[in-house]
Amino acid sequence: MQIVTCIKQVPDTTQVKIDPVKGTLIREGVPSIINPFDAHALEESLRLKDKYGFKVTAISMGPPSAEVTLRNAIALGVDNVILLSDRVFGGADTLATSMVLATAIKKLNEEDEVVLVLCGKQTIDGDTAQVGPGIATRLKYQQLTSVDHIENVDLKNRTITVRCKFEGRYEILNSCFPAMIAVLREINRPRYPTVPMRLMSQDYKVTVWDNKVMQMNENEIGLKGSATAVRRIFSPDRAMGQILGGDDVQDPEEAARMLINKLISKNLISLQ
Amino acid sequence: MTAQVTIFAIVFAVAVIFFLWSCWQRFSLVALGLPDNRIDRIGLRIWNMLLYAFGQKRVVAGKYPFGWNHFVFFWCFLILLIANTEFLFHGLFPDIIALSKLPEGLYHALALIFDVVSLLALIAVIIAISRRLWFAPKYIEAKTVDAFVILGLVATLMIAFFSLHGSGIALGEEAAAAWMPISSFVATLFRDLPAVTLANVKLIFWWVHAFALLGFLCYLPYSKHMHILTSIPNCFFKSIDKVNTQTPEVFKKDNVYGAGRVDRMRWKDLFDSYSCTECGRCTDNCPAANTGKELNPRLVIHDIKINLLHNGKLIKQGKAPELSLIGGGKEGSIKEDAIWACTTCGACMEVCPVSIEHVPKLVYMRRDLVEMQAKFPDELLSLFENLENRSNPWGIIPAERSRWVAEVNAPSFEKDKTEYLFYTGCAGSLDTRNKRNTEAIARILNAAGVSWGTFGKDEKCCGDSARRLGNEYLFDRMARENIRMMQEAGVKKIIVECPHGYNTIKNDYKQFGADFEVIHHAELILQLIESGKLQLKNKADAGKIIFHDSCYLGRYNGIFDQPRKLIEKATGKAPMEMDRRRETSFCCGAGGGRMWMEETEGTRINIARVTEAMKSDPDTICVCCPYCVTMMEDGLTDIKASDKVKVIEISELVEKAIK
Repeated sequence: MQIVTCIKQVPDTTQVKIDPVKGTLIREGVPSIINPFDAHALEESLRLKDKYGFKVTAISMGPPSAEVTLRNAIALGVDNVILLSDRVFGGADTLATSMVLATAIKKLNEEDEVVLVLCGKQTIDGDTAQVGPGIATRLKYQQLTSVDHIENVDLKNRTITVRCKFEGRYEILNSCFPAMIAVLREINRPRYPTVPMRLMSQDYKVTVWDNKVMQMNENEIGLKGSATAVRRIFSPDRAMGQILGGDDVQDPEEAARMLINKLISKNLISLQ
Repeated sequence: MTAQVTIFAIVFAVAVIFFLWSCWQRFSLVALGLPDNRIDRIGLRIWNMLLYAFGQKRVVAGKYPFGWNHFVFFWCFLILLIANTEFLFHGLFPDIIALSKLPEGLYHALALIFDVVSLLALIAVIIAISRRLWFAPKYIEAKTVDAFVILGLVATLMIAFFSLHGSGIALGEEAAAAWMPISSFVATLFRDLPAVTLANVKLIFWWVHAFALLGFLCYLPYSKHMHILTSIPNCFFKSIDKVNTQTPEVFKKDNVYGAGRVDRMRWKDLFDSYSCTECGRCTDNCPAANTGKELNPRLVIHDIKINLLHNGKLIKQGKAPELSLIGGGKEGSIKEDAIWACTTCGACMEVCPVSIEHVPKLVYMRRDLVEMQAKFPDELLSLFENLENRSNPWGIIPAERSRWVAEVNAPSFEKDKTEYLFYTGCAGSLDTRNKRNTEAIARILNAAGVSWGTFGKDEKCCGDSARRLGNEYLFDRMARENIRMMQEAGVKKIIVECPHGYNTIKNDYKQFGADFEVIHHAELILQLIESGKLQLKNKADAGKIIFHDSCYLGRYNGIFDQPRKLIEKATGKAPMEMDRRRETSFCCGAGGGRMWMEETEGTRINIARVTEAMKSDPDTICVCCPYCVTMMEDGLTDIKASDKVKVIEISELVEKAIK
C-alpha cells in the first residue's frame, strides 16, 4: 500500500514582482521553493509512513529544475520520487495538471496499490485549491479537503478518519480508501532533513516520466488541454504606506491618538 | 636484605603495578577519541605549561583567593615528590640511596626544605578541609568522600613524615636534626619515651608513611585527583588559537557528524574530562548556570568522563555504548536542555585553571542532535530554513538588506577601487534598532574619508548562529559561499559591525581558506581618531556611561581596551565598569544561537546583566554588539528602567561627538 504526495515547486511569491507591461511574473533571480502547503502534505505522509508503514511516493509536474524539490523530499525520507516533465505538459491550467497527476497516480497504482493521495490545500502561486479535488474527481477517489488533523487510519477496514477545519466549525469525516486528502498548514510541523539523508539525496537519480511514458492524449494536457487561459496579471493599485511618528513615539496611547486624528482628517472615521 | 626491605619491595611492586595498570585502563580510552593535532608549536606549548601549570596562572587569578592555597599545595607536592621518591628508593635500597649520602650542604638544605614544606602542606590541607566543611562556595560539591579521602591521605602522609623524623631525631639517628625545626619540635614530644618504644614508633610511622604514599598512588586514577597526573599535560595540549572555533566536518557519504557518542569527541575532549578537578569555577561563571538553567558546565565534563569510563571497554571491543551520552536521567548522560542552554560565551573556558574546552564539546553534541537526528528546539526550524533560503535569521526578503543604504551615503563595494568592505551583518542591515548603528558607522566612515563600500542586498549571513547551534552543514555552505563572493569581489579588508560576524569571518573562515584583514568598527574608529583622520568636534553627552563587554569581541578576540578608549575619546571620561568585566564579563544571553531561542527556564540572562549594571546607577549602557543592544534594551524594558537608562552602540556615541 502506498501514499502518493503531490508537490509543486513554486517561485517564492513574496519575492515575485509583476512585469507591469507584459502582465507576467518576473521570475529571474527569484528562488524556487517547495509550495509551503505541500511541505505539510509531505510531512503528513511521512508521519503516516512512520506510524503505519506505508510506502511514500512524491510526484511533481514541472520543468527539469523541479528535480531539486523532489531530491529534498528524498532527504526527508520519502521512498520514491517521480518527476512528470515534458514540454507538452507545459502551460497547463488546473484541469490539465490534474489530468497528468491522476494518470501518473493510476500508473503507480498498477505497481503498488495507492490508498491515499496527499496534497497541499493550494499552491502559493496559483492559489486555486483545485488540483487536489481535480485529481480526486478524475480518479473517482473520496475527497477530504481542508484537513487539519488525521484522527485515525484503520488498515483492516481500509478507512481513514480526518478532521476538516472550516469557517466556524470542524467536521470529523470518515472515509474509505482510496481517498485524496488536501491538508492545511496547521496539520503539522515539517521535519528537518538530517545531513546523511541530504547527502544521500544529492546522488539520488530522480525518475522522469515524459509523455512517451505517460502516453496521454495531447488534447488533454498542457495548453491544449486547459479549459482556462490567463488574460492578464496585474497588481491592484495601492497607495504607499505611511509611518506615523516612527521610533520617536514610544507611548502607545500617543501613537493611537496620532492614528485616530489622521483617520478623522481623512474622513475615514468619525466621532459622531 | 632485611625482612622489612623484602616486604616493602613486594608491597611497592604490587602498588606500582596496580597504579600502572589503572593508568593504562584509563588513558588507553583517550585514544578512542577523534584525532586532533595538539603537538604543533612545541615552544609555545611548553611556555603554556610553565605558565598555567607550574605558574598556576589561572588558579590564583581573579576572585579566587583560595587558589593560593592550591598554589602552595602544588609546589609543596612538587618538592615533596623528591622527598617521597627518596623515601621509596631508600626503602628499597637502604644502603645505596639516602639523602644523607649527598654532600653535606645539599643534604642540610633539602632536609630544611622538606621539613618546612611538609608543614606548609599540612596547613594547606587543614585550610582545604575547613573550607569544605565550613566555607564551601555553592559552585562546588564540597563534602564528597573523594575529597576527604585525598585530603586525609595527604594529612596522614605529613603527620607520618614528622613522626618518623621526630622519632628519628629523638633516637639521635637523624644527622640533619639541626636543620629540621618542625621534626625537632615533634621530637621533643617523644623525648620521654624509652629507646625501644621510640624505635617501634619510628617503624610504625615509616610503614604508615609508606602505605599512605602508595595508597595515594593507587587511589589517584580512580579519583578526580587524577588531575595531578593530567593537568600539567593538559596545559601543554591547551588550544593555542582561542577556542572560539570548532573543528569543521567533512561532508561525504557514510560519514557521521557530531558527538552522539563519547568516542565521537576529540581525544583532547576526553583528556579534558580526566583533567577536571571539579573546582566549579566554570559553573560559577556560566550565565546559564547562574540563571537557573539545566546547564552546569562542570557536570558536563564530569558526565563525559563517567560516560567514557562506562562505555570505554565496550567501544574498544567494537560494541555499541550502553550509556547514552545525550539524554540525561543518570550520571554520565547529558540532558538536551543543558546542551541547548549554552550561550557559547566562553566564560567557563576563560576561568578553567587547566584550560578545559567546554564550548566545543557542547557544540559537537548539538551537531549530533541537529545533523544526525534533526532534533532541536522548535524555534530553530524556522531559523535554519530562513538562514538556508534567505540568508538571514528572520526570513526577511534579501532585497530588504540594502534599505538602510538609502538613509546615508553608502557606496557599493567596487573591485580594485574600494579599500574596505563594510559587512553590516543581518542585525545591522535588517533590524530596525540596529540599523541606527549601521548608519552611524557609515557616517563616521564618510566623515573620516575612508574608502569603503557594501555588498548591499547581496550581502549574506555569516553563519555564526548556524555553526554555534551545531548546524555545521549549513554553516559550511554559508561560509564557502561568502568566502567565494568576497574573494571574487576582490575584498582584502573587511570592517565588521557585529562581533559574531567579526569572529566568524576572522577566525572560523580561516578554516575554509579565507585570509581577510578583519577589523571591528570600534577598532577602526579608534585608529581613525588616533591618526587624526576623524576629528571629534565636541564631547558626546550620554550621562554616566557603563560599558558592557561583548563576549565575541572581548573574551574571544581580546578587544577590551579599544572600546573603552573610544568612549573616553568621545565623552572625555572613562566609562564606569561592571563588577564582571573584561575576561570574566557576563554574557547578554544572545550568543550561541540563544538569540533565536526562547528562554523559558530559570530567570533571564539579560535581566541579570542589566540588574548588575543598575548597581552603578548609569544613564547609559554602552555596548558594541547588535545582539547586546537588543538584549540590554529588552532587559531594561523588563525591569522598567528603559525610561531612565538608554542603550547606546559605541558608533552612535562617536557619531554624537563628530556632529
